[in-house]
Amino acid sequence: MSIWEYANPVKFMKTSGKLLPFVTVATAVTLAIGLIWGFSFTPAADNFGSSVKVIYVHVPAAMMAINIWVMMLVASLIWIVRRHHVSALAAKAAAPVGMVMTVIALITGAVWGQPMWGTWWEWDPRLTSFLILFLFYIGYMALWSAIDDPDTAADLTGVLCLVGSVFALLSRYAVNFWNQGLHQGATLSLDKEQHIANVYWVPLVITMVGFGLLFVTLVLVRTRTEIRMRRLRALQLRERMQ
Amino acid sequence: MIALLIRDLRLAVRAGGGFGLGLAFFLIVVTLVPFGVGPQGDILARIAPGVLWLGALLACLLSLDRIFALDFEDGSLDLLATAPIPMEGVVTMKALAHWVTTGLPLVVAAPVFGVLLHLDMQAYRWLVISLLIGTPALSVLGTFGAALTVGLKRGGLLLSLLVLPLYIPTLIFGAELIRRGAQGMSVQTPLMMLVGITAAVIALVPFASAAAIRVNLR
Amino acid sequence: MVATRICDLSQRGVIHYTSPMTILSAENLTVARGGVPVLHGLSFSLAAGQVLVLRGPNGLGKTTLLRTVAGLQPAMAGKIHAPEDSIAYAAHADGLKSMLSVVENLSFWAATYGGSDIAPALLQMNLTGLAQRPAATLSAGQKRRLGLARLLVTRRPVWVLDEPTVSLDTESVALFAQTVRAHLAQGGAALMATHIDLGLTEARVLDLSAYRASLHNGAADPSGFGAGRGDHGDDDFGAFL
Repeated sequence: MSIWEYANPVKFMKTSGKLLPFVTVATAVTLAIGLIWGFSFTPAADNFGSSVKVIYVHVPAAMMAINIWVMMLVASLIWIVRRHHVSALAAKAAAPVGMVMTVIALITGAVWGQPMWGTWWEWDPRLTSFLILFLFYIGYMALWSAIDDPDTAADLTGVLCLVGSVFALLSRYAVNFWNQGLHQGATLSLDKEQHIANVYWVPLVITMVGFGLLFVTLVLVRTRTEIRMRRLRALQLRERMQ
Repeated sequence: MIALLIRDLRLAVRAGGGFGLGLAFFLIVVTLVPFGVGPQGDILARIAPGVLWLGALLACLLSLDRIFALDFEDGSLDLLATAPIPMEGVVTMKALAHWVTTGLPLVVAAPVFGVLLHLDMQAYRWLVISLLIGTPALSVLGTFGAALTVGLKRGGLLLSLLVLPLYIPTLIFGAELIRRGAQGMSVQTPLMMLVGITAAVIALVPFASAAAIRVNLR
Repeated sequence: MVATRICDLSQRGVIHYTSPMTILSAENLTVARGGVPVLHGLSFSLAAGQVLVLRGPNGLGKTTLLRTVAGLQPAMAGKIHAPEDSIAYAAHADGLKSMLSVVENLSFWAATYGGSDIAPALLQMNLTGLAQRPAATLSAGQKRRLGLARLLVTRRPVWVLDEPTVSLDTESVALFAQTVRAHLAQGGAALMATHIDLGLTEARVLDLSAYRASLHNGAADPSGFGAGRGDHGDDDFGAFL
């Protein structure tokens, strides 16, 4: 039994249909526990005040924003190399989720940054990189929606995803370099993993898992929708052949 | 393949304004900036590297959608695809023709525009070097964007949306190179990065562009 | 007879195709337009010196078939056999640049295809007098003749032609027929879609109506994909849809 069997849409629809209720429940439970714990049962930090609690949305969303792009890259590669349609459709399904995660990360970042740094926006390398990532998401989705033929769209967005990934990474380093050029050595980013106390860390991990599950749920639902839309299209084409 | 380059250059000359149009656009951008930010020389001198690079970027963008569109409409692209030249060669020649008609004139004219923006004396050398190294990457990446959108009826806006994010690294290192040159700082890192990016882009991106063209002709 | 022709060819510096056997064949071909199979179960073969005329109503898929044979799009199913770099394709659009002169247009294609002399092609298509005219000033028929002259400079044996006689007058059609005949005599072959009678008595006619893809003759169901590549691996998307 190979993992590629799930590339078969029949198998995919069957398995994902069975899986979906469990994942949905798991998502709801994990997110509820993590967010309620994080928002209501953690102390306000002395230097941050209660604004620190936005961390429970900000960090998982930021993490997912990057992970989703990586997942799209892998899915695009699978499509380009093995030509599994489910893979291409999963990449398509993931993009809007990733874009929303990026927006959430940017907005919560602004909300958090305002009381902390006294500004809604700072051209910090990390923030700037997310803005760039957002642009890549928009371009990717725009290309998908601009092309009528689904396989052509899958091919072209796959190539764009490949090239875009390299440039997103390159931009990350370029931006790092660029900002150093302006503010010598000053970095506004927090190294969360190292400075964070345990009371905040545990609920944070739970919300991270929750966001991961949320992504899985959404991508499953959206991929299933995409497959059904392809089926609909096929039926329309078949009608035309009569 | 050289024949293709010659044909494209000849067409650019005959069409009139093939060389001049991007340049005129560049001039307009540079003229408008002081109206926007004020005529103070010190401010203009500070933003000059960025403005000159942005101007080059936009001027380059202006002519991208024509790279393949005309050949697509009159059937030449189909015929080129069945000709004994690899599609990678076709897109490389297209990028080269675009650079000669757009990038090269900008490189040559940029020092003149630098004067308008009070660019530091010691920066001129770096302005020309950074544009000379950076603009080929812009043309090749632009060709990639044009290849992705060649079949689309209203691809122009989408093309900008796809291509401009890809220009970010080149813009950052290109402008930084001039800025450091103006301040007399070491330019080694941005120079190396700019050379590296352009070399890698020229070596690898034509394969992606050719793949996109083949998909679009299908 | 054949042998002398080949001699002729090598003297003129034309690549020659010694094999009198099949130089283009299709086997159980299915071609698709926008993911929908249009022609199905099509097989034909073409030997040196032969011409095959495709007939069928508009929208049947003649252009799709010719593009597939020319290698511009993949076949949905079946195989096409042709030696590498043997096909010269000409479609509705001639790929002419109106800013360039007749000579410049033709020289470009000649250079692209390995640099043969364009003078015989101009002469053959009766364009010598127009050589220095910009393509923009040519009439539709003259442009068409220039587009067909391109076939001559490619020096490729298999011509794949989509409605080659559009906008040609009677005289030019005769000229074209004569050109095709000369090409065949030199060991070439032609596959063309055309509605008019070229007077090529040796032409075989293939009526494509019989190959119209439908759900009843076993053509693959449209699966909602673009042009199929026949390499879907273990992804049975089509079966599912």
